[in-house]
Amino acid sequence: MPAMVLLSPNRLLAILAKEFVQMRRDRLTFAMMLVVPIIQLLLFGFAINNDPRGLPAALLATGNDRYARAVVTAMEATNYFRFIARPESAAAAESLIASGRVSFVVTIPADFGRRVERGDAPVLLVEADATDPAASSGAIAALQTVANRALLREQGREALAADQQRAALSVIIHRRYNPEAISQYNIVPGLLGVILQMTMVMMTAMALTREIERGTMENLLAMPATPAEIMLGKVLPYLVVGGVQVTVVLIAARGLFGIPFIGSLGFLILSVLIFVAALVLLGYTFSTLARTQMQAMQLTFFFFLPSLLLSGFMFPFSGMPVWAQWLGEIFPLTHFLRVVRAVMLKGAGITDLGSEFAILCLFIPLYALLALSRFRQTLD
Amino acid sequence: MSAIDVRGLTKSFGRKRVVDNVSLRVEPGEIVGFLGPNGSGKTTTIRIICGLLTPDAGEGTVLGFDVRRQSRRIKREVGYMTQRFSFYEDLTIAENLAFVARLYGLRPVENAVRRTLADLGLTSRRDQLAGTLSGGWKQRLALAACIMHAPRLLLLDEPTAGVDPKARREFWEEIHRLSAGGLTVLVSTHYMDEAERCHRIAYISYGTMLATGTVAEVIRDSGLHTFLVDSDNPVELADFVATLPGVEQVAPFGRTLHVVGRDRAALAASLAPVAARPGIAVRPGETSLEDVFIQFMARTGARPE
Ligand SMILES: Nc1ncnc2c1ncn2[C@@H]1O[C@H](COP(=O)(O)OP(=O)(O)O)[C@@H](O)[C@H]1O
Ligand SMILES: [Mg+2]
Repeated sequence: MPAMVLLSPNRLLAILAKEFVQMRRDRLTFAMMLVVPIIQLLLFGFAINNDPRGLPAALLATGNDRYARAVVTAMEATNYFRFIARPESAAAAESLIASGRVSFVVTIPADFGRRVERGDAPVLLVEADATDPAASSGAIAALQTVANRALLREQGREALAADQQRAALSVIIHRRYNPEAISQYNIVPGLLGVILQMTMVMMTAMALTREIERGTMENLLAMPATPAEIMLGKVLPYLVVGGVQVTVVLIAARGLFGIPFIGSLGFLILSVLIFVAALVLLGYTFSTLARTQMQAMQLTFFFFLPSLLLSGFMFPFSGMPVWAQWLGEIFPLTHFLRVVRAVMLKGAGITDLGSEFAILCLFIPLYALLALSRFRQTLD
Repeated sequence: MSAIDVRGLTKSFGRKRVVDNVSLRVEPGEIVGFLGPNGSGKTTTIRIICGLLTPDAGEGTVLGFDVRRQSRRIKREVGYMTQRFSFYEDLTIAENLAFVARLYGLRPVENAVRRTLADLGLTSRRDQLAGTLSGGWKQRLALAACIMHAPRLLLLDEPTAGVDPKARREFWEEIHRLSAGGLTVLVSTHYMDEAERCHRIAYISYGTMLATGTVAEVIRDSGLHTFLVDSDNPVELADFVATLPGVEQVAPFGRTLHVVGRDRAALAASLAPVAARPGIAVRPGETSLEDVFIQFMARTGARPE
């Protein structure tokens, strides 16, 4: 009898064929794998595509001259700002924004009008609650132009084209609580990673526990399939599913949200493939650790939440304390987000992203070895 | 060389010793019945033999391979039919067979599948999902799938549990055909009539092997003697007879009581006055395998799981 090879193409084929048939027969799961990404994309995509107007604002105006009034009127006219309070002091204003009752505090200093008349650029201070930066970014973006134009108009110099370019006032924006503003474009590529992670890890985490619960594991182990064959046979079909999901999300990102697409498509697809491979192996590792499907689910969620919070998807990575950043580095999602954002939005390539890409690749052997070492060839 | 030759197998789950110093020998071509009450360690012993569990202690060979170290080689040449149906219910019959054929490297796969389907008489139902088969058909499918790769040893774990009598009979005819072709069979069961169909039996109780041998040997070695007592009111009589000296066990079979004990003289003496009563007849009888097993169970006591 020939020595047992660790990876026989025929045996791998046997498991692959079986898995594909089972996947096809499991209508509900199959539908979920295709529908979930679309629903999530629509849900998150439109939620963040929404450019909110009528944000509550507080006006702290120590000066109350006609220039100040003009600027305030112009700001209200944008519909971004809705002034709901006129606090008497800076402390009162502070408590309004801290409690979340207003999203902005606009401070017009006492010498605003005097400086305009003297020809100095006056200062407008806007404090924005950036805990939800997506919410305030539109308003902030509009501010400078609007205020500038209002001031020039009030000075009756609207007709002077040259002045249009000159800053008639300087707007100082303090983004509070969250120094780094995430743009909408930042989120949709991130969604790609999150959607992939959600479905890929969860599906493969069931791979072995399903066999155990259905009682088929005993038979599978009694037959001559090796751990490596079982692992590959179980995860490769999901690589294909991941490919389909990526296509769906990318087409939707472009079509629905007009996400710019600057970098190399080939490099993006390669990165996605490596990310998906890492994810399915991670899910498979979970399934070697869990005894029941319930445990597999719990492991998945236990992993899912911190990776969502610490990867830089929800909160900017650089805003986190150092220990959290270190923790964040252990998630494939963290590295994938850096790669995918840089590729899609900045057009970065392998030369710029070499180390991130390498780390992403490292997860594959890491998880594979972990899974193989945890795989129980007996029922002990 | 014995097909199975294991000695001193021991296996605990947690603090519970499920298999305790079990030794078993099965010669090539034999059909050996593996008997014992539920939870006595039959499945565990079979799993150790085919390499699915590692014993805590013990050693031996299966088909000449070391039971502890060569489980991959053992698996390749053993057909193991699990107690619970463990093929894929969401695959068709043909897909299940093709899966097995590919895993064992049988070629061409389609030929192996077609031949097995024909032997089973399932050709017309090849595309039916395995989960929709009745218990009897599932069991036949499982057996067919287990012998596709022409194993030298067949391990069957309660193959006929929950199967109707006709299917059971056909199943045993198949087992005897396979055995005649040189296949060695170890089959666990708790049906008495199936034990009688085996060349030899092994009886395990709560992890301990109590008896091995042919049915006749096991009965003889038990040292039990049996008297048959016919009466019109066997239930009432049984309570009384059970209190007599020398009587170790009384079991009603219809209108007949099987009165069993090790001391033949004491039994005869105790039953003489009973025989004198009107409407009651006492005669010496053959000790049956069932009597022996009931005695085994009484002796070890029904331990809580
Ligand atoms: N994997 C396991 N973990 C813990 N206990 C087990 C396991 N497998 C079997 N047992 C226990 O071992 C005992 C023997 O089981 P088993 O070998 O299945 O007996 P049988 O097949 O004779 O009914 C039972 O009490 C059972 O609960
Ligand atoms: Mg059992």
